Amino acid sequence: MSITVYVPCDSGAISLGADRVAAAISQQAMQRGLDIELVRNGSRGMYWLEPLVEVATDNGRIAFGPVQINDVAGLFDADFLSGGDHTLSLGLTEELDYFKKQQRLTFARVGITDPISLDGYLAHEGYRGLHNALTMAQADIVKAVTDSGLRGRGGAAFPTGIKWNTVLNTPSEQKYIICNADEGDSGTFSDRMVMEGDPFVLIEGMTIAGLAVGATQGYIYLRIEYPHAHKALTAAIETAYQTGYLGDDIQGSGKTFHLEVRLGAGAYVCGEETSLMESLEGKRGLVRFKPPLPAIKGLFGQPTVVNNVISLASVPIILDKGGEYYRDFGMGRSRGTLPLQLAGNLKHTGLVEIAFGLTLRELLYGFGGGSASGRPIKAVQVGGPLGAYLPESQFDTPLDYEAFAAIWTVLGHGGVVAFDDTVDMAAMAKYSMEFCAIESCGKCTPCRIGSTRGYELMDEIMQGRELDKNISLLRSLCDTLLNGSLCALGGMTPYPVLSALNHFPEDFGINEKANIA
Amino acid sequence: MTEPSTTQPTVQDIITALKDKPGALLPILHGIQDAMGYIPPDSVPVIARALNLSRAEVHGVISFYHYFRETPPGKHTLHLCRAESCQAMGASELEAHVKAKLDIDFHETTADGQFSLEPVYCLGNCACSPAMQIGHDIYGRVSPDTFDGIINELEQSA
Ligand SMILES: Cc1cc2nc3c(=O)[nH]c(=O)nc-3n(C[C@H](O)[C@H](O)[C@H](O)COP(=O)(O)O)c2cc1C
Ligand code: SF4
Ligand code: FES
Repeated sequence: MSITVYVPCDSGAISLGADRVAAAISQQAMQRGLDIELVRNGSRGMYWLEPLVEVATDNGRIAFGPVQINDVAGLFDADFLSGGDHTLSLGLTEELDYFKKQQRLTFARVGITDPISLDGYLAHEGYRGLHNALTMAQADIVKAVTDSGLRGRGGAAFPTGIKWNTVLNTPSEQKYIICNADEGDSGTFSDRMVMEGDPFVLIEGMTIAGLAVGATQGYIYLRIEYPHAHKALTAAIETAYQTGYLGDDIQGSGKTFHLEVRLGAGAYVCGEETSLMESLEGKRGLVRFKPPLPAIKGLFGQPTVVNNVISLASVPIILDKGGEYYRDFGMGRSRGTLPLQLAGNLKHTGLVEIAFGLTLRELLYGFGGGSASGRPIKAVQVGGPLGAYLPESQFDTPLDYEAFAAIWTVLGHGGVVAFDDTVDMAAMAKYSMEFCAIESCGKCTPCRIGSTRGYELMDEIMQGRELDKNISLLRSLCDTLLNGSLCALGGMTPYPVLSALNHFPEDFGINEKANIA
Repeated sequence: MTEPSTTQPTVQDIITALKDKPGALLPILHGIQDAMGYIPPDSVPVIARALNLSRAEVHGVISFYHYFRETPPGKHTLHLCRAESCQAMGASELEAHVKAKLDIDFHETTADGQFSLEPVYCLGNCACSPAMQIGHDIYGRVSPDTFDGIINELEQSA
């Protein structure tokens, strides 16, 4: 009987050599006359161990990692196919602390199955949510999502059920479901991991959304930087069409849902939902005024649900196990789990899906293992490039939307980027202004002009010129951005800038915190 | 009148295949850039006519998006991540090294036409920072040394 060996096809694993390791394993097996079945799975999300090779045994899957091409012959010599001992042996994958301590709901299959195998998907509880939804009234599907307490994972944390309800109750011949797969926030990669590692869960979630609100067409707006996700989605969508999970008669129900991937073109602002719709319509990605809400007048003027990848990928388990089941995880008004992404200067970078409520410190040290460099962690940016920088004194904040809002920051898409004490926070503030200037859609003056002015001001400040005057100018510029911007790109660039200034004034050449507004 | 050019048949085929999609402009621009490496200026009026847009509108869209380019790229396009996670792991030093090694700045192409260098703001490979992409190939934990190795390998395979 052949032995199953897993080598991830996740682009992060590939970036560290997984393709070459997979080829070397096949070649060694052939040379040695061993019968193996090589499966390319998603990543388990423990990137410091990638490429993480697993072997299926009677006791469960055994992990070896990080495996480089030069290790492959040695692994065969040590008989790793029967779980033989080797310096890279990590024991049972699911007993690894990092993995075991998680609560994987949305990521239940990621790293376990072959992403584009429908059989694998079905064998691991896939499409159970859709089968339930097909027997339910539209309002009941929406109710299940509302009951789950799911809030949008793309940034704004708006309750998903309420959004769906608006679209359901807005009559129209044509409605749309858009999956926001622009994942532009730096430090985030959970959308990518789902699309590469379990594309069917997103397709299923979008199909359920379509049934719920009466939309027959879906679009996945995918960033161009993700060619591997594009490939996986395209393959999975094709299979779903062939097997009646997409199309004009979903599983014999007479219900219709069509799905297409559209590629972005490298504009960060196109992750903003109205800019995204402009882009889908073939225009420049200028942000629209709201109202009208996309739920009432969205893509091509029709009622449209726009949800993040993780929001939509969390829907199948909610429809499978019920809103209550999902709601039982979490704290306060943050229900369910959040797939956090540990990035930057951490020893154990990767994906941690866990119920809301853990503290940032537990995340950084309990999971992240502290800094990769071994130096003290000086600052952490949570929630992407528009999130504030948190100093050590705020590390005990629980991961919860309201707790983060209370300290003037955001959880956003759950990206966590750590910096050690070699970072210059003034340089980071300058970069935030630069980023805003590069990515501004240009519709409002504070953002278009102010960001460039902010970049120049930071340049002056970093050269120590007229600090009092320039820092107060910087503050008033941030005020204008905060209050005079149409969207969060201009409106939140002050978060990283002012948090850097307020928590790390010494990096700006001033030594007292008295300046804090 | 635009001059007749060898690029026109390909462009025309792509437009014909895609122009009836809702919101066809981006798919068409992607199709053209996939096929030719850039959007040749003489394709703009052709696209405009097919979609019933003005040339200025088509040009406005091309120039809005960082990814679309109107000049031919080098043989390999290198996207180097400048965003926060990569910065936390030495992206600025890597950037300086890459620019010195290739002797070009961002948005430029090497004199021998081998490499074009573009900045990118996150590749979703932040758990393996610093990251870069060459064509569709992704690289993680790139150091100046590994960068030189990758570049040498690409040059040899030329
Ligand atoms: C500048 C900017 C960029 C954004 N980028 C993204 C993105 O890449 N992905 C995403 O899901 N939401 C992004 N958003 C949030 C979206 O506008 C929108 O709130 C979200 O897609 C709604 O989905 P959700 O309710 O499921 O979170 C961005 C917002 C702004 C202002
Ligand atoms: S804040 Fe900036 S990105 Fe947002 S709408 Fe205004 S100009 Fe465009
Ligand atoms: S910040 Fe560089 S890959 Fe995400």
